[in-house]
Amino acid sequence: MPTQATPQAEPDRVTITLTVNGKPRSLALEPWTTLLDLLREELGLTGTKKGCDHGQCGACTVLLDGRRVNSCLALAVMQDGASVTTIEGLAAADGTLHPMQTAFIEQDAFQCGYCTPGQICSAIALLEEDHAQNPDEIRELMSGNICRCGAYPNIVAAIEQVMASGGEPAP
Amino acid sequence: MLKEPHVGAPRSRVDGRAKVTGEAKYAAEFPAPGLAHGHVVSGAIARGRITGIDTTAACAVPGVLEVFTHENRPRTAWFDYKHRDEVAPPGSPFRPLYDETILYSGQPVALVVAEDSGTARHAASLVRVEYEAGAHETDLLRAREDAYVPPKRRSGISPPPKPRGDAVAALAEAPLRVEAEYRIATEHHNPMEMHATTVVWEGGGKLTVHDKIQGVLNSQGYICNVFGLSKEDVRVVSPFVGGAFGSGLRPQYQLFLAVMAALALKRSVRVVLTRDQMFTFSHRPETINQVALGAAADGMLRAIRHDAIGATSRFEDHQEVVVNWSGLLYHCDNVELGYKLAQLDIHTPADMRAPGAPLGVFALESAMDELADKAGIDPLELRLKNYAETDENEGKPYTSKELRAAYRLGAERFGWSRRSAAPRSMREGRELVGWGLASGVWEAQMQQTSARAVLTADGRLEVATATADIGTGTYTILAQIAADAFGLPMESVTVRIGDSSLPKSPIEGGSWTAASAGSAVQAACHAVRETLFRHARGAEGSPLGNADLDHVAFVDGRIVLAADPDRGIGLIEAMRAGGAERIEHEQTASPDKANQKRYSSYTHSAIFAEVRVDEELGVLRVTCIVTAVAAGKILNPKTARSQVIGGVVWGMGMALEEETLADHRLGRFMNHNLAEYHVPVNADVHDIDVIFVEEQDSRTSPIGVKGLGEIGIVGTAAAIANAIHHATGKRIRDLPITLDKLLERPPAERAR
Amino acid sequence: MNRFTYARPADLAGALREIARDPGARFIAGGTNLVDLMKYDVERPTRLVDVTRLPGLDAIEETAAGGLRIGALVSNTAIAYDARIGRRYPLLASAVLAGASPQLRNAASTGGNLLQRTRCYYFYDAATPCNKREPGSGCPAIGGVNRIHAILGTSEHCIATHPSDMCVALAALEAVVQVAGPGGERAIPFAEFHRLPGDHPERDTTLCQDEIITAVELPPEGFAEHHTYLKLRDRLSYAFALVSVAAALELDGGRIARARIALGGVAHKPWRMPEAEAALAGQPAEAASFALAADRLLAGAQGHGHNDFKIDLARRAILRALSQAAAGTPQSQTDKRIR
Repeated sequence: MPTQATPQAEPDRVTITLTVNGKPRSLALEPWTTLLDLLREELGLTGTKKGCDHGQCGACTVLLDGRRVNSCLALAVMQDGASVTTIEGLAAADGTLHPMQTAFIEQDAFQCGYCTPGQICSAIALLEEDHAQNPDEIRELMSGNICRCGAYPNIVAAIEQVMASGGEPAP
Repeated sequence: MLKEPHVGAPRSRVDGRAKVTGEAKYAAEFPAPGLAHGHVVSGAIARGRITGIDTTAACAVPGVLEVFTHENRPRTAWFDYKHRDEVAPPGSPFRPLYDETILYSGQPVALVVAEDSGTARHAASLVRVEYEAGAHETDLLRAREDAYVPPKRRSGISPPPKPRGDAVAALAEAPLRVEAEYRIATEHHNPMEMHATTVVWEGGGKLTVHDKIQGVLNSQGYICNVFGLSKEDVRVVSPFVGGAFGSGLRPQYQLFLAVMAALALKRSVRVVLTRDQMFTFSHRPETINQVALGAAADGMLRAIRHDAIGATSRFEDHQEVVVNWSGLLYHCDNVELGYKLAQLDIHTPADMRAPGAPLGVFALESAMDELADKAGIDPLELRLKNYAETDENEGKPYTSKELRAAYRLGAERFGWSRRSAAPRSMREGRELVGWGLASGVWEAQMQQTSARAVLTADGRLEVATATADIGTGTYTILAQIAADAFGLPMESVTVRIGDSSLPKSPIEGGSWTAASAGSAVQAACHAVRETLFRHARGAEGSPLGNADLDHVAFVDGRIVLAADPDRGIGLIEAMRAGGAERIEHEQTASPDKANQKRYSSYTHSAIFAEVRVDEELGVLRVTCIVTAVAAGKILNPKTARSQVIGGVVWGMGMALEEETLADHRLGRFMNHNLAEYHVPVNADVHDIDVIFVEEQDSRTSPIGVKGLGEIGIVGTAAAIANAIHHATGKRIRDLPITLDKLLERPPAERAR
Repeated sequence: MNRFTYARPADLAGALREIARDPGARFIAGGTNLVDLMKYDVERPTRLVDVTRLPGLDAIEETAAGGLRIGALVSNTAIAYDARIGRRYPLLASAVLAGASPQLRNAASTGGNLLQRTRCYYFYDAATPCNKREPGSGCPAIGGVNRIHAILGTSEHCIATHPSDMCVALAALEAVVQVAGPGGERAIPFAEFHRLPGDHPERDTTLCQDEIITAVELPPEGFAEHHTYLKLRDRLSYAFALVSVAAALELDGGRIARARIALGGVAHKPWRMPEAEAALAGQPAEAASFALAADRLLAGAQGHGHNDFKIDLARRAILRALSQAAAGTPQSQTDKRIR
């Protein structure tokens, strides 16, 4: 590991490697670029949403090395070597949806769809964490994802559906 | 045998896959070559003028293209009317960067445009603005003294009806009286998607605009008027809207700024507001209600007075229907209603989910609960006793009104009959349990809307209209209606909306979209069917030779004789027979003027709420809500239920959490973020049971629909407040009912 | 966000060298508060020193004294679900779970949690004055919108509160903050780590700019039998405390042998009063004793208008928390019924 971030040809930029939805990338970044802005504005992965940009809504939730985090508060340069899974990386290569995506459609767990990618990433991590066994625990551990359309009962139902079917955990 | 139609069946959203995979693109997500990014600088004072604006440091940041202020902005239309959008209230619309005048705190004072969004944001923080502050007022409790009846009515908003009977005298003589003041705090819409506009510079003077808007034609018209452009040159495309709830009815300032910058720089520009800036335009106006009810000893209403004062800006008279509901929810011969505005140094409020109704209905339905208490009558019985069979404001019968059934079905599901009447009489463990109810009401409307249907020889159907889907399920119900018209699977139907090049549609709001766009799509499909049927009849050896359209059915991609479904002809075969590769028709559906003149049309609901209160600590849980809704035909019970659940969650927010706090000395909203402006989170929401009451309505719209977007919120806050009273004996008339208000000791205890 | 440079030192010595070079430099770990504040232009560091890769700071280990040492980089989530903490210091696990959201807890570090800054509306809004953000500019929260503000230990310059839940529990447990700096290492008792605003509200803690938190040490006694973390707020999750109470008791039969009470949401630091705790010793574990403790703890409490209710609320919360602790029925953070 370098003692100092490697100096770059372009001033202020820092080169990192980041695996995004299974694909390794080398990126030269300005240190103030957040993971969210990197995904949305530089990599064109607009499925991850910006709902507040301050960790107050959860719309930007992604899986960072398998853990759910608010990508708006993560500086991209600090994620050197990490692996990120976004909503675009959940379905299988043949287009088969992740069980959580299917459950969200079947339970009508969204309306406008804007918080949905964050909700789904969060829900997948919730199952992986295995700290929620009943509706109270699901509700509490999904409270970092605000849905202004108010689809909460259906979100809980979608998660319960995947739990009941023993749906596969996060990729 | 006819297959089960799609309409009326619970269908998953047709745009579901796009939304769960991240493919659905919202306004800030459309790419454009050479895209520049604008960041707004927001003003710090509530009233006064800008005396100096120093953009030197901002301009010096590498990557900054331009800093626009009132000093260097491009010229726009001179006259006020050019700045008025489709739904602007009376007044002089706010013009961003117009001059040095500051009209409210948070007003945009500069736009920094740069090569990337991070640079624009950083440079925006370097813009220095000097002000000369003037005296401001943002406190409605002080400004109410100067409230006035708006001299010019807002289009589409009915002012209070003329008084009937003599409410003052009847109130004075009434054996039972309730008189109280009810206040609802300022609220902000806060859709999850922040307002944003991407303007794509197409060259040749043409713009494609992706705007967060509930009506692409409103944005298009506004841009053309303000910047002197032709509609041929401006196309607004917004296929997905990340919630709006009214904040996207009127074009907001980011649209103006993005178009201004694109035209000046001759390149594509995107402007995205920050969450804090989402508190610098539309909001639900703080509203004060004074209600007086007079009743006979048996609870029969003798008099209703309801006066409301709503906040507005200094430059526009935003008006809502707040008090009229009090003249029509119950039978009463003596009614006097009044509605005034008070000006504050704020941005103009805007319609926010069921504008007006949950404010006035909170007051009325709280007062009814107080009356039930005084009369010693069950709150449900009191409402049934005073049930209004007709719209007494207008003196008209209803197109349909199944509120009585809603009360009954809701009460049964909730178990209302097991309620013990006395406040503080139900308890479980440490918690006091309270059951409350309220009625909900919203106007059912239909607006003139056009739609196009195109059937192609590959068996695919496309339907199109300019309307929006802000999460309401418009895509899905239009696909259901269109598929049913031809007996096709929904997968064969493509729905196109949110594009100003499509047939004309009003803004998406007021709960009228399903009735309006749905009727238009059905009309267009029926026109296509007629042409298709002619081809079908003319086909060689057609079994339909002597039939007319009334005698056939469209089933499984075939036109068959209704009386003998085995005899028929395939859609594609019919088209081929007629030599048609595509059949296209555009139709306009309009409300029936004669019906509108003769009837009143409203949706209704009965809401039952259970709360559990730890009185010592002020901790409250809403553990159950049952809402029974009478809203005509339900096109899709699955998405319809979601609409109502969403409305109920909004009602919970209004009742318990939502309040934009203003520092009146600074004239500024202070909790302008989602950490301190509280909306409900998952942990706040438990069981919400939605019942759709059977209601036939053939007069509101051709497809029997009355609309669902608003009804879920109306009355919900009152039901919760009434449940809180039942649990604790505390009558809280000031929303939201936060923990500190629950801590106050009940009056009886205080008197001791 | 302002422009800054970025460094990622490989070891503690390197980190201390980096921070010493530039008075405008700041350490960053989880970033959940610092990046947030940078976006609001409240924090404008010239250099960020990324400490997330420093070795040896991400473990929870036994101490020689019989307690636990929580490395500064241990995430809030790791604390919340660590089996040893759950068994020996359930009060701490509960407080951590009461705060923020799973996403934030995954990113937030132990050291960063201690250094969280206030949620005061004015501090966050660069368009308004604030003595904490801009010393000498004034405190509009006094006489302004202050329902979330402090009732204890305020000064005429600042009435902000400390927002952490975890720190309230750490205060009650009498944790010790381990710090390294150019002059070597030092240990700061938790009660001395956060400060009251006084004349310098811009200083939240007694940590120097060139020092780094390396660990938080928990003493052996965890009060695992009789404890609770009770948090009262404006919605049932994902909101900062209006008032919170960490209560820990050691009982001897029906009497209190030792008591710890720390309050959150009421002061510029987790609020403790050792005299009030000492006075409980030997008293019966019952409401009357708890009421006396509450009276003592809140003796100097003063409201500022909108937050007047906090005095009454804090009193009731102390009583309830102590009764929960005494009964051995700590508050659940998922079942929202208050026990």
